[in-house]
Amino acid sequence: MRRRGWDSRRYPVIIEAQGLARTFISRKRTVEAVRGVDLAVKQGEIVGFLGPNGAGKTTTLRMLTTLLRPTAGTAVVAGCDLLSDPVGVRRRIGYVPQAIGATAGGTDPNCLVGEELAIQGRAYRLSAGQAAERAALLVDQLELTGLETRLCKTLSGGQRRRLEIALGLIHSPAVVFLDEPTTGLDPQSRSNLWEHIRGLRERLGSTVFLTTHYLEEADALCDRVLVIDNGKIIAEGVPEELKRQISGDVVTLTVSGDPVTAKRILGGRPGVRETTADGRAIRMTVEHGEEALPGMLRALDAAGISMESIQLARPTLDDVFLTLTGRSLRDDSPAGHQQAPAGDAAGDDVTEGGKR
Amino acid sequence: MTAATLTEQDAPGVAEHRVGVLTFFDDTMLVFRRQMKLSLRNPAWVIIGLIQPILYLAFFGPLLATIAKGGLLGVSRTDPYSFFVPGLLIQLGLFGAAFVGFTIIADWRAGVIERFRVTPVSRMALLAGRVLRDVVTLTVQAGVLVLAGLAFGLRAPVAGVLIGMCFVAVVAVSLASVSYAVGLLLKSEDALAPLLNMVMVPLMLLSGIMLPMTLGPQWLRDVAKVTPFGYIINAMREVFAGHYATTVVLEGVAVSVGLAAVCLWLASRAFVRENA
Repeated sequence: MRRRGWDSRRYPVIIEAQGLARTFISRKRTVEAVRGVDLAVKQGEIVGFLGPNGAGKTTTLRMLTTLLRPTAGTAVVAGCDLLSDPVGVRRRIGYVPQAIGATAGGTDPNCLVGEELAIQGRAYRLSAGQAAERAALLVDQLELTGLETRLCKTLSGGQRRRLEIALGLIHSPAVVFLDEPTTGLDPQSRSNLWEHIRGLRERLGSTVFLTTHYLEEADALCDRVLVIDNGKIIAEGVPEELKRQISGDVVTLTVSGDPVTAKRILGGRPGVRETTADGRAIRMTVEHGEEALPGMLRALDAAGISMESIQLARPTLDDVFLTLTGRSLRDDSPAGHQQAPAGDAAGDDVTEGGKR
Repeated sequence: MTAATLTEQDAPGVAEHRVGVLTFFDDTMLVFRRQMKLSLRNPAWVIIGLIQPILYLAFFGPLLATIAKGGLLGVSRTDPYSFFVPGLLIQLGLFGAAFVGFTIIADWRAGVIERFRVTPVSRMALLAGRVLRDVVTLTVQAGVLVLAGLAFGLRAPVAGVLIGMCFVAVVAVSLASVSYAVGLLLKSEDALAPLLNMVMVPLMLLSGIMLPMTLGPQWLRDVAKVTPFGYIINAMREVFAGHYATTVVLEGVAVSVGLAAVCLWLASRAFVRENA
C-alpha cells in the first residue's frame, strides 16, 4: 500500500530555508514562535512537519507561503526567494490552509463549488478555458463530480476539504503546502484523503509539504518527517529510521524458567538497551529487534530456559516524540502544557496564526 | 513514477504576460465580479440598507417640510426635500459603507482572505474590488432613494443630482476602505460594532444631515467644522439647488476626495502588509 520507492538523490532541492525565525509580540510579551528553522525538501518528496499544537508548524508554513514575513532568516521556494520575489513564490505554490481553528479552509459558504474552482484558476492567471479544464480534471480526481452546482456550505466536511485541496492544485503547482489536511475529519474521510495526497505525487509529481499532529498520518504518508517542538526542529528522518534510531523495538519475552537469569543473559546481549522484569515477563528495548531475536532465543535455549511467548512491538512516532521531548505528542491537554519546560512560549495559542 | 513525469512539472502551467496597472485592473475586476455575484445571491442586505433612508424620507420628511414652512431651517428654500434628500444620501453612504467591515471578518474567518493572499492576485485588488462592489451597490441604492424623493416632492436639476451621487460614491470609497481595514485588523465583530457606533454616530450628528448646523450654538458649529462630512453635505445641498461653481462646492470636492485618498492609502497598508 505504501509507496516509499522515491529516491531523493535524483531530484533537486525545491524548498530550502535557513535560520527561519518569527517572533510575535503578544500582550507585551515576546513570543518566539519559530526559532531558526533550517530545512531542505527535494522535488517530489512528501515531507511531514510533525509537532504538537503551538510548536510552530503553522507559523513556519505561513512564512514559507508568503503569508508572514520572517523576523530572521530566508528561504528559496520553487526557485524564488521568499523575501525578494514573494509573488514568484505565490505563482508556483499551492496552499491549503488549516480548516480548524480561528479561520477555516478558504471556501466561501455562499459560493458554488464550480465558481470557486473557476475564480481560483483565474486568480492564478489561467485562461477561462484552462481553468475549466483543470477544474474538470480535479473534480474527477478528487471525487467532487456532481457537486459543481452546490453551495460550499452544503458540502460534507470531507467533500469541503477535498474542494480546498482542489483549489490549492488548480494551477498544477510545483509545491503544495497542506496545513493539517485531515484535522477534524472522520477516520474514513481521513484515509480517503491520504490516498489523494499520495496520488498528488504519483499523478502530478508534486512536492508535498504538510503539517500534522497525527502520528499515523506522518507514518502513512511521508517519505520524511521533521519533528518540531518549541519552535525548533529537533529531529528529522524517514519515519522508520527515526523510530529505530531513537526508540528501538520493544521485545517482551515470557519465560517459564528463572526470570533473573534470563534477564542477566538477555541484558548482556549487544543492542539491548533497557531491560525490566515483571514477574516472568522480561521487557527490553532492542535495536533492530527482529534481527536480535533469533540470537536471544538461542542464548536462552543454551542456558536451558524455555519460553512461553514472544512479542515484538514496533515503536510509534509518539515514542520518538516522547523520547526526544519527555512529552507525549497526543497530550494537548493543559496538563501537557504544564509539563513543558519553563519559558515554553510556543505552547501559547497566540503563536500560531498570529492574533486569535 | 519516473523522472520524466517530474520534469514536466518544472515549469508551472502559469502564463505571465501582463504586469502592473493592467494586472491590478484585471484583479480588481475579478474580485469585484465575485463579490457582486455574492451580493446578488443574497440581496437582503442591499434591500435592508435601502429601507432605512426611505423610512426617514416617509416618516421624518413631512415633519421637516412643516418646519421649513416656518422658516426654521434658516435656508431660503421653497423645497425642503432638496435640503433633506442630500442628507439622507450621505447617511446612506455613511452607514451603508461603514458596516462592510463585518463582511471582511466573515471572509477572513472562512479563510478566503488568506486563500487569495497566497495567489498572485494583487493584495491591493482584494481591497479595491470589494470597495468597487460597495460603490456600485450604494450608487444604485442612492438612485432608488432619489427616485423616492422625487415622489415626495424633490425638485432638483439632473446635473446636480448626478454630481450629488458622485459625492455619495466618493464617501462610500472612504468609509468602505477604512471599514475593511479596521475589520481586517480587529478580526472581531464584537470589537468592530461598538467602535463603529462610537465613531459614526457623532460624525453623523455633526454633519448636519437632519438639520442645518447653522441652527446650533457657536461651539457646536466649531466642533462640526473639524469633521469632514459637514463640508460634503453642504456641497451636495448646493448642487441640488443648482449652484455648481461655488466655494462651498469646491470645499466639498476637496474634502471628499482628500478623505478618500487618505482612507484608501491607510486601508491599502492593512491589505498589503505581510502579516495580516
